[in-house]
Amino acid sequence: MNRVKSNVLDIRTPEGIVFSLQLAGPVTRFLAWGIDFAATMVLVLMLTYAISFFAIFGAFLLFVGDWLAAFYAVAVFAINTGYNILLEWLWRGQTLGKRLLRLSVMDAQGLRLRFDQIVIRNLLRAADMLPALYLVGGIACLISRRSQRLGDFAANTVVVRTPKVLTPNLDQILAGKYNSFRDYPHIEARLRQHISPEEARIALQALVRRDALEPQARVELFSEIAAHFRNLAKFPEEATYAITDEQYVRNVVDAVFRSQKAASEKSPR
Amino acid sequence: MIIDLQRFLKEERPYWEELEKLLDTVAADMTFKMGLDQARRLQYLYERTATDLSKLTTFASEPELRHYLESLVGRAYAEIHEERNRTRWFAPFDWFFSTFPCAVRKHAWAFGVACLITLAGSIFGGFAISGDKEAKDVLMPFPGLDIDPGKRVEREEKLSDADRLAGMKAQGTSFYFTHNTKVSIMTMAVGVFWGIGTVVLLFYNGVILGAVCVDYIRAGESVFLVGWLLPHGSVEIPAILLAGQAGLVLGAALIGGKDRNSVRGRLRLIGPDLVTLIGGVALMLAWAGFVEAFLSQYHEPIIPYAVKITFGAIELICLTLFLIFAGRTKGLFARRKGRGAA
Repeated sequence: MNRVKSNVLDIRTPEGIVFSLQLAGPVTRFLAWGIDFAATMVLVLMLTYAISFFAIFGAFLLFVGDWLAAFYAVAVFAINTGYNILLEWLWRGQTLGKRLLRLSVMDAQGLRLRFDQIVIRNLLRAADMLPALYLVGGIACLISRRSQRLGDFAANTVVVRTPKVLTPNLDQILAGKYNSFRDYPHIEARLRQHISPEEARIALQALVRRDALEPQARVELFSEIAAHFRNLAKFPEEATYAITDEQYVRNVVDAVFRSQKAASEKSPR
Repeated sequence: MIIDLQRFLKEERPYWEELEKLLDTVAADMTFKMGLDQARRLQYLYERTATDLSKLTTFASEPELRHYLESLVGRAYAEIHEERNRTRWFAPFDWFFSTFPCAVRKHAWAFGVACLITLAGSIFGGFAISGDKEAKDVLMPFPGLDIDPGKRVEREEKLSDADRLAGMKAQGTSFYFTHNTKVSIMTMAVGVFWGIGTVVLLFYNGVILGAVCVDYIRAGESVFLVGWLLPHGSVEIPAILLAGQAGLVLGAALIGGKDRNSVRGRLRLIGPDLVTLIGGVALMLAWAGFVEAFLSQYHEPIIPYAVKITFGAIELICLTLFLIFAGRTKGLFARRKGRGAA
């Protein structure tokens, strides 16, 4: 396990598979806490209005007012103490703030989050909040290589980012397009041999995100990437004649991410 | 070599979706129990997806797909490799009469240390107030405690005609309960500073307790003192000591000492006990708050001191017997069973 502070927690399974959890930073967590704080305030406010409503009828009887006030005090305490515990338990490590900011509490070993872990990490907020505004917890979070506040450390939990995961839609960028490189399978093979997964990823990501780029930036980016691939494998002029840099990169990606068999089966002529 | 990503997706996606669906089913229902076939299928899908992740990481740097598979493998890993019992139905009766006293006894050393620290604080507080009268303002800056004990007793024993706390007793209960529970949570929580925070708070509580006791004893109001404190104090003070016990257990787990487990391993072991202890403390404080509001604040001639003292003494004896003996048979059985399984 890496001892250096990082925003990724790698977990190696007994089968030798490594998967990563992206750790949430103190600023995002503080924002999530702010949302949760506001949510508890709203709950307390709603409770106050509800109690006030009942108090109108109960004010005539002394003991009713007494029990109503007692209920109010206990309910406010329960909301402040139990809000995080209850939601993290019901929503599998998430509160309203964490859900909105796509954060989640997880066991630091990647195991199932348990109720006692949730309770401990939330009760130990009392220590993390010292002396005010989570100063102790914030410092601990900055120092900790897993971005853990004291409550997380004691409960053996981490707060991770849970970005929305979408599988790439390769059909949108590859399917149904004529690829002039396929006429030169030996050069395609050379290209596949020389290209690294990282280079292939850059080309694929450039195509996936091309619509999000400014027109000028888009032209420049594909020009650079195409120039790089031209150096890796040289296709004859008739294969590259009159095609744009973007089309060149598309052909490269198509050649790299499709097997020859699939290409020959699906290629429209 | 780079894999044919599109064919890879087409072939493997049904397995990933099946795994995702199975994991969603398990997560949605806490009582869900997997059959043998389902467990085998989960294992198969997990291994297949893990292999896909491995292939993808080695042969194609497609970050979105990798994150997706990492998320799936992570969730399946948590289900398959979790060896601790899954929480199913909470049994409050069993928890209170067995789990709670067993947790107290399991860490009896910490309870003993909490008692000693509080006692040391009490002795210090007692000496401080007996040696320096001005220390009272510093040690007991609380309304009701800052006045002369004799005057207070005289004033409160005169209030015999009317129920001076009418319409306030339930509020009093809620105040004592919430305030003392917050203090208990803090006492446990600051144990995370290697136990030092808990030691300081226990000592401080002891100082106040010792100062109050000596103040009333010196004023010749010992009977009033016992009659006032014992009904709720016989539960409230042990509750604070149990919170201190939890804080000390937490601190000891962080320090380690001769324990060969890692810090994480030690914390993992004590986690359920900490939650049990603080849960028990909250229940005890609810009772103590009720007694304090409805009984402790009434004195002679409304309620004879003998009645109050007897009530407090019975509570203390019952609590002691409860913590020593409750759940013992089951605890022993559980230990034997554990050894047998090992």
